[in-house]
Amino acid sequence: MESLVQHLSARWSLGPWGQELLAAAAILLVAALVFVVALTYAGIITWVERRVAGRTQSRVGPNRVGPFGFLQWLADGAKMILKEDVIPAQADGPMFRLAPYACMLGVFTAFVSVPFGQLLIAADLNVGILFLLAITSLVVVGVLMAGWASNNKWSLLGGVRSAAQIVSYELPAGLAVLVVVLGAGSLSMQDIVRAQGGAPWNWFVFRDPFCLVAFFLYFTAAVAEGNRTPFDLPEAESELVAGYNTEYSGIRFGGFFLGEFANIYLLSAIATSLFLGGWQVPGVSPAEQAGSVWLQLLGFAIFFAKAWALVFVVVWLRWTLPRLRVDQLMGLCYRYLIPLAFACLLGTSLLLLAVVPGSALDLGLRLGTTGLGALGGALFAWRVAHHIRRAGDRVSLDVLQRGARGAFDPAWQTRRYGAFRKAARGQEER
Amino acid sequence: MSPELQQVGREEFVLNMGPHHPATHGVLRFVLHTDGEIMRRAVPEVGYLHRGLEKLAEAHTYAAYVPFTDRINYLESMFCNQVWSMAVERLLGLQVPRRAEYLRVIACELNRIANHCIALGSIAMDVGAYTPFVYLLREREAINDLLEALCGNRLTYHYVRIGGVAHDVDEGWQGKVRAYLDHLEPILDELHSLVGGNEILVRRLGGVAVICASDAVGWGLVGPNLRASGVDWDLRRDRPYSVYPELSFEVPVGRGEQGQVGDCYDRWTVRVAEMRQSVRLLRQALERLPAGDILAKVPRSIKPPAGEVYQPVEGARGELGLYLVSDGSPKPSRAKWRSSSFAALSIVEHLSRGLMIADLVALIASLDPIAPEVDR
Repeated sequence: MESLVQHLSARWSLGPWGQELLAAAAILLVAALVFVVALTYAGIITWVERRVAGRTQSRVGPNRVGPFGFLQWLADGAKMILKEDVIPAQADGPMFRLAPYACMLGVFTAFVSVPFGQLLIAADLNVGILFLLAITSLVVVGVLMAGWASNNKWSLLGGVRSAAQIVSYELPAGLAVLVVVLGAGSLSMQDIVRAQGGAPWNWFVFRDPFCLVAFFLYFTAAVAEGNRTPFDLPEAESELVAGYNTEYSGIRFGGFFLGEFANIYLLSAIATSLFLGGWQVPGVSPAEQAGSVWLQLLGFAIFFAKAWALVFVVVWLRWTLPRLRVDQLMGLCYRYLIPLAFACLLGTSLLLLAVVPGSALDLGLRLGTTGLGALGGALFAWRVAHHIRRAGDRVSLDVLQRGARGAFDPAWQTRRYGAFRKAARGQEER
Repeated sequence: MSPELQQVGREEFVLNMGPHHPATHGVLRFVLHTDGEIMRRAVPEVGYLHRGLEKLAEAHTYAAYVPFTDRINYLESMFCNQVWSMAVERLLGLQVPRRAEYLRVIACELNRIANHCIALGSIAMDVGAYTPFVYLLREREAINDLLEALCGNRLTYHYVRIGGVAHDVDEGWQGKVRAYLDHLEPILDELHSLVGGNEILVRRLGGVAVICASDAVGWGLVGPNLRASGVDWDLRRDRPYSVYPELSFEVPVGRGEQGQVGDCYDRWTVRVAEMRQSVRLLRQALERLPAGDILAKVPRSIKPPAGEVYQPVEGARGELGLYLVSDGSPKPSRAKWRSSSFAALSIVEHLSRGLMIADLVALIASLDPIAPEVDR
């Protein structure tokens, strides 16, 4: 981006002011691009969530707008924009209006330093991951503002819960990130991705057992920071009506909504680049990848696939698990996750001292951890298959369908109401 | 300390939960006095759904009131029909044909399963798991279809009539019920292991809002809520009516599997166990269904002799009672319903101290009150 601006300003022989203007225009263009990408991803995740929820719950989900209902999110967006933007009379007006922007800002700005590909990053900051952790904390400001400004007790409770939760869960998330930073020796997102490799045993998640635990810690904490089930207390429907966004409607509600869904992609993308090798293509070094457009595209596709797989997991969790209670939530964080994260940090640091990178011990550790992960995955798959087989033996969905058909079977209806009909006809004839 | 500081921690946060709140299942209202998340007091406010059903009884003939009884509690309307019919039959001294009695048992037990589907689903939903609710609604839908095939209605059945039942079963209907029961039993096992065994659900329900046996009896809890507290009491067995003495079944009692006896988790397990017992009862009733009439000879104009009667049955939520006074005219002189939801709500204030808001939601869901039955 910088070189492009320099090139163009040299070609058009611009003065210092012209250069500044050109740079500003370029920044605006990139910002708009990032915003549109984030918005699109957030929208598509709403569709994914509704489809996955439908399938999880033995229903169909949206299937009217576009193929498989894919354009449903556009229709929903249009609906939200067209709806009346109600601001309660007793609300703190300016703060109420600003709150959704704070939420969106926190999430959408973070997309700036997400490495979608080797070259597809808006700004590879040298403090990248720190920036991400810091800027996403802005969400809590928005949530608190919304909770306070709504002048609604449920909103206030939601806001306070959210603040406590996000601030608490940033600790294990940050500590888990530190485990990775220790290994990579850099805070830059691209450097962290480059420090890994394309093959699973070169990913940070399988570098050693502590990293494996750190991955789960980060994922759990990030899901909690994103206010998703089982940690969705700030907007717990059955307790707090809708939590901090109870009073919001129209596109202002949409702001929170999009922020939340963009956050799902964000946490998946960060987890992918920190732990799952990001855009690295197996068997191809970053230098080789930089030289080829096709390898670049492949790298983007690999990143895309991994990130969306994690998005699916987040959605899947939401429709599977109940919600924790406030004290259980805090207990989980301070009693289990944070000590565990500290243990991981300590363990990784000791291993870094003891194991020489590239040695046989290092490779053995990596392969062993990968095997452990694969074993866990296989065990899970086996259990799922076992339960499906066991249930499939005995549960028959035919019964339900036969019942439904029976209820709408005209012959049956005639038989059932035949007597009434005959009597009615008899009366008419008379 | 300054006077402001002394006030810290003593102020109350008053929250209105309801009448429009996702956790209050209809139009119940609770006034919560809390200290942040922790409850000091939760006072139920009732009356938002009062329709004067008891007064309406005085303006209608005995037979004409049957469809009104559906509206007492839309989730167990079969039981409401049955109570009304049994009370009037007792006033009249009417003998119900045995086939009708069996059909009543079949219809009522199907209704009990349907009701518990909703109860368990809403417990899960109120602790944050939305998916089990949808699956349980799917199972209930099949029961709705079966009952629709039986009596033409899916919710307000008015199938049980004074002197018997309204319709005889179609050929093939019994086979459909049996097929459904075969389908339901593994689902109940799966429900209890998959949803009931979920660690988060267990922690949200186990040991929460414990009702001890003496409290349960003292506050007049009935049915599954009473049995969850360890009191072994079931009207079907202890005050036998209809053909229940001829059928064998067990009365499940709370054992405190995941905490203490009488906690929310026991109210969950007791309901699951009751559904199993209903399946067992249904199988026996279908097996023994005798041939014969479905309706006794009921006089065209029902005029019971003057007198009064209290008729309870074991409904899906426990003892559903009707106190009926006749003055010899075609219309009742007084009808008073004793509803289990009302009793269940009355204990909430007693239990609420020290609970968290999320616990209160779990408690309300596990008591399974229904707003129309509270207010009538």
